[in-house]
Amino acid sequence: MNTSIQFNGPDSKGHFGIYGGRYVAETLMPLILSVEQAYDQARNDPQFQQDFDYYAKHYIGRPSPLYFAQRLTEHLGGAKIYFKRDELNHTGAHKINNTLGQILLAKRMGKTRIIAETGAGQHGVATATVCALFNLPCIVYMGETDIERQAPNVFRMKLLGAEVVPVTSGTGTLKDAMNEALRDWVKNVDDTFYIIGTCAGPHPYPAMVRDFQSIIGRELKEQITEAEGRLPDKLVACIGGGSNAIGLFHPFLEDESVQMYGVEAAGLGIETGKHAASLNGGEAGVLHGNRTYLLQTDDGQIIDAHSISAGLDYPGIGPEHSFLNDIGRVNYVGITDDEALQAFKLCSRMEGILPALEPSHALAYVSELAPTCSKEEIIVMNMCGRGDKDVFTVAKVLGVEL
Amino acid sequence: MSQRLSQKFEQLKSQGRGGLITFITAGDPNPQTSSAILNSLSDAGADIIELGMPFSDPVADGPAIQLSSLRAIDAGMTLVKIIDMVKEFRNRDQTTPIILMGYYNPVYHYGVEKFIDDCQQAGVDGLIIVDLPPEENDELLEPAKLADIDLIHLITPTTDQARLEKLLEKSSGFLYYVSIAGITGTDSAKEEVIKQRVAFIRRSTDLPIAVGFGVKTGADVNAMTQHADAAVVGSAIVQIIEANQDMESQALANKVQDKVKELASGL
Repeated sequence: MNTSIQFNGPDSKGHFGIYGGRYVAETLMPLILSVEQAYDQARNDPQFQQDFDYYAKHYIGRPSPLYFAQRLTEHLGGAKIYFKRDELNHTGAHKINNTLGQILLAKRMGKTRIIAETGAGQHGVATATVCALFNLPCIVYMGETDIERQAPNVFRMKLLGAEVVPVTSGTGTLKDAMNEALRDWVKNVDDTFYIIGTCAGPHPYPAMVRDFQSIIGRELKEQITEAEGRLPDKLVACIGGGSNAIGLFHPFLEDESVQMYGVEAAGLGIETGKHAASLNGGEAGVLHGNRTYLLQTDDGQIIDAHSISAGLDYPGIGPEHSFLNDIGRVNYVGITDDEALQAFKLCSRMEGILPALEPSHALAYVSELAPTCSKEEIIVMNMCGRGDKDVFTVAKVLGVEL
Repeated sequence: MSQRLSQKFEQLKSQGRGGLITFITAGDPNPQTSSAILNSLSDAGADIIELGMPFSDPVADGPAIQLSSLRAIDAGMTLVKIIDMVKEFRNRDQTTPIILMGYYNPVYHYGVEKFIDDCQQAGVDGLIIVDLPPEENDELLEPAKLADIDLIHLITPTTDQARLEKLLEKSSGFLYYVSIAGITGTDSAKEEVIKQRVAFIRRSTDLPIAVGFGVKTGADVNAMTQHADAAVVGSAIVQIIEANQDMESQALANKVQDKVKELASGL
């Protein structure tokens, strides 16, 4: 296996194996190509890297801690469990690593208007935040259904000065918000930069978002070496579009001893059809600028995803994950709404950390995995978001009135 | 090039007039009525027919065509049924070119080779796949060429000379000039701008040029065809279907015919 070739993707046309690429309307192609060119220059410019590092440290609060979850480790009675604490970032999730990188690129390209899509609102908040920081107007597309179920985040975005545009087309969720953002971009090609929230979309977005999020895995490599004197045995992260997972995994892809688990949202169960597990319950297709696994009907129409976690509620997945799935480098598993909820409760009481419902999926899998491991093994899970935003959802499911 | 397309553009040339290309979404508002509409278009003056393959996520389309796609999908339209619809159309009309227009996922999921085979057998003349730029379209273009089906490329306001040449390398049939940077059924471009852009494209190619996006009336069609070889009308027709979707099939087909006659009146 020639790992260096396999994991240096994408190729010059943005393909990871057969996945990725640039499937956009012709009107957008010149713009997509200019983003690619600008990003190529930026990532080779030490000044760009310095700017990113400066804000990552002083504004986001990086590096995020690596925390040994001692009580949980003892409770599960197997492998040592660590959390990479990306929920402690400014704005409460990993999303801001990416929005910081992209807004620095937008400024470099001289763009004066920022658009974004959001599902749960975390990416919308992270985009609105950096737009306030760099004084750029921000328009966030958000499905009407999501606006209703994520009211606190809608208000946060507005406080940060963003305009939140309700999307009523389709089913009014994340995929429709992304459709509408693409429609906006096609109308405003000259002045607008589209900050995509996950490692999907047309090339160079999947690679670019991965690069910005890879700060998670790079920090972890240093931190775990300091704490344990060696690499971890297993990495676990939840997957919607997959940006926190690819950020955690990517710096370890060539370390053959490190096993990786991407946890998809199995919703009410894969067999019910009500889930968001594109790899475990979908097929290859083309949507939102890239070829990847998608939830779709026999006739190639996209199916709405379902998950208790709005952040995982997307019918696709980043193309690099599709590639890593097919070559078997990463194991992709599913966790249901109920299992995630149990993990949410467990972590809150056991570690004093309210995890977001997204990493609660990862934690539920850790709870299955850890007891099967020896006490010498090390599992690191990405705690990619905090659960404050989810208390209303959880209360509702538990039948508690707030 | 597809024979029906080349003959059609020859005919338009000899008649000294521009062509009318009409778009409807296949299966809108339901498969039966949609067939009745399809069968009535050329009699009313459509020179070429674009038949939309509905997709759940039509990112290049405005509200009118988004809604028409959802109506068709909800009414049970599928790619298999679209192929059948074209077959049936070909039983009564062997000359009017048919272009299937849509997004790549349904085609990819159907299987590219099988799709091209079935299109060829049914009598499809060209394809427009909106989200399949030249960077990604070899896998469809190669089999399409072998089947004499034209893959129509879009030229847009953002296309510069270098990009135009790249697009022309792969183009056949005709070129579709998208008159605005935007989505279907919204703004219209100024005639003066269209004139300049069409002249810009003509400097590099002899292929016929059709102009679409924002073309809504007979007067628009007339204006566009002063410069281009044909004009495409989509949303304005689809809106008639939307407004009268509960009508009986033939009555709705007649309504659409009235609109198409108005569109063709200036040619």
